[in-house]
Amino acid sequence: MTPTTSASGAGRGPRTTHHAPNSPAIDVADLTVAYRDEPVLWDIDLVVPEGVLMAIVGPNGAGKTTLVKAILGLLPTAAGRVEVLGQPLAATRRAVAYVPQRGSVDWDFPTSVLDVVLMGTYGRLGWIKRPGAREKADARAALEQVGMADFADRQIAQLSGGQQQRVFLARALVQDARVYLMDEPFQGVDATTERTIVALLQRLREEGKTVLVVHHDLQTVPEYFDWVLLLNVRRIAAGPVAEVFTDANLRMAYGGRVPFQARSEESGGRGQEPGTPAPLADGERQRGDGTPPHPGSPAPNPSRL
Amino acid sequence: MIEFDYTLRTVALGAAVLGLSSGALGAFAVLRGQSLLGDAISHAALPGVALAFLLTASKAPLVLVIGAGLAGWVGTLCVMGITRTSRVPYDAALGIVLSVFFGLGMVLLTYLQARPQASQAGLDTFLFGQAAALVGRDVATMAGIGALALVLMGVFWKEFKLLLFDADFAAVQGFPVRALDIGLTTLLVVAIVIGLQTVGVVLMSALIVAPAAAARQWTDRLIGVVAGAGAFGALSGASGAILSATTARLPTGPTIVLCATAVVVVSLAFAPRRGLVSAWLRGRRNRQVLRVAGTLEDLYTLALGHADPHYPHPAATLRTMTHSPDAVEPTLDALRQQGLVEARDDAWALTGRGLAEAQRLARDRGEGRDA
Repeated sequence: MTPTTSASGAGRGPRTTHHAPNSPAIDVADLTVAYRDEPVLWDIDLVVPEGVLMAIVGPNGAGKTTLVKAILGLLPTAAGRVEVLGQPLAATRRAVAYVPQRGSVDWDFPTSVLDVVLMGTYGRLGWIKRPGAREKADARAALEQVGMADFADRQIAQLSGGQQQRVFLARALVQDARVYLMDEPFQGVDATTERTIVALLQRLREEGKTVLVVHHDLQTVPEYFDWVLLLNVRRIAAGPVAEVFTDANLRMAYGGRVPFQARSEESGGRGQEPGTPAPLADGERQRGDGTPPHPGSPAPNPSRL
Repeated sequence: MIEFDYTLRTVALGAAVLGLSSGALGAFAVLRGQSLLGDAISHAALPGVALAFLLTASKAPLVLVIGAGLAGWVGTLCVMGITRTSRVPYDAALGIVLSVFFGLGMVLLTYLQARPQASQAGLDTFLFGQAAALVGRDVATMAGIGALALVLMGVFWKEFKLLLFDADFAAVQGFPVRALDIGLTTLLVVAIVIGLQTVGVVLMSALIVAPAAAARQWTDRLIGVVAGAGAFGALSGASGAILSATTARLPTGPTIVLCATAVVVVSLAFAPRRGLVSAWLRGRRNRQVLRVAGTLEDLYTLALGHADPHYPHPAATLRTMTHSPDAVEPTLDALRQQGLVEARDDAWALTGRGLAEAQRLARDRGEGRDA
């Protein structure tokens, strides 16, 4: 761990194995995930306290989705340990909700909106038992929260991208969890959906939930989130937005080319369009050998695109 | 004659039973994008049939079916193993397993054929299927196994549905995805081996894929796809078997598959909403609506050049403003019947309602551009 990456908000306190009330929502230690011997995530340490709304940002190929999936136990890890609410995931599954990337499923699958949302109740129902009136009421309430109540009986193939996203959010809401992991919920959605998601995130925060969101639009990070994790294979920085969302850290995460200025020094460089991180040349964002750019490397010309 | 009717009934019933189970169970494979896995499993089952006979010297359907099932299962494991441990892509692994196992099966069958005893006669019907050989006992075996598989499918319906739609989400909620995957594949193996004797290893996968593809055209519900695939499978099986049994030298497997294909073609063409005919009609209606709106807007545009919004213009002017000038006159007639335009001398003018409608269209279009 280099000195510049130590801008972490929470210290790594002594760990308790039982479910202590003040254990962090997410506690990741020394996590390494490799794909065919190439590190996708490298020695990640991350402690997220409960009640925090955290963005996970970083360039393409930084391992954001991989981190979420590794925390959820969906990927084999090469090394490291993950605890959720102070316990291994297997013991706290019921307290974790997941919003995968919208494109990860086949939206032509023959099923209805309500049916998809009901899938969020399957975990607590357990084997064989079918969702009943109570689960259906929960699902309808969740659809109401994302403004999709009128679509309950709609076939999912008829939904727009933003509506699909809101259905996925409703499905996570019925999981009634304490920790939410969302993979790019803002990706390519319409303005209505974006507003819905933001309102939803705020409500979850008011309820004291912990939410981790893979996010692309650097511009909206300070507005939408309290915490941020800057990731590029390694953890660059993590902590409260005010402390770690700095130009220096962003430049480190994005390999010198920051698609957006965190603290503008009144330069002529205008921020990018929201939602469109600047395209980074492959060689820039990550060197060919798969090692992430590190602070010692000569800073490339910071000319903005 | 009575004897013939009994045989025919048995054959039709047996083929219907296999069509029902392979159609219904195959629907899950198709929805999961694993249609070709069925092909690999059925081809991989051939050496199992030969080996089962070699080891037991029995041609009892249950024995052969178990041999076929085990070999099909091993074939599936090989596909999974190859994709997990090497960089060979999934479709290539399917191709490898399919051809290697089928080749092995053919070698074993040839070896059996060359033996002096006559007891092995009939094993080669597993290639293209032979429904005429079905007896009541076979049908009972098939029905028993098929019913068991369908019951298991029903019991774990919720879990399988979640696995099909979003396996990661199933895993996050604590369901053992690997075990469910193996369970679902096992049901597919069962569906395939039930039909091997009647349809044959070469074409069995068609009965897995075709009924589901046809059923998907007619319904948007999972239960509908599964039930529809079962019904279409039973229909194809029974009609194909009857055709084959009543016509000399008509192999059963291909006949059943052709019947299933006919169902698919009809479904692709005529299903409401997803069918080609319905899509064509929808397209035509949309074009007509667009033409009507376009002509209305053209009249409005012309009228804007005058103080009077109801100023008439000849059809010839409108013909210059559209890509389909021949459609202008019929469209104007349609608009007049709706009371949106009126003819004055040789020219056409917007009515009060027509003007309001044109303004609404222009407004909607403006908003559409902003959104």
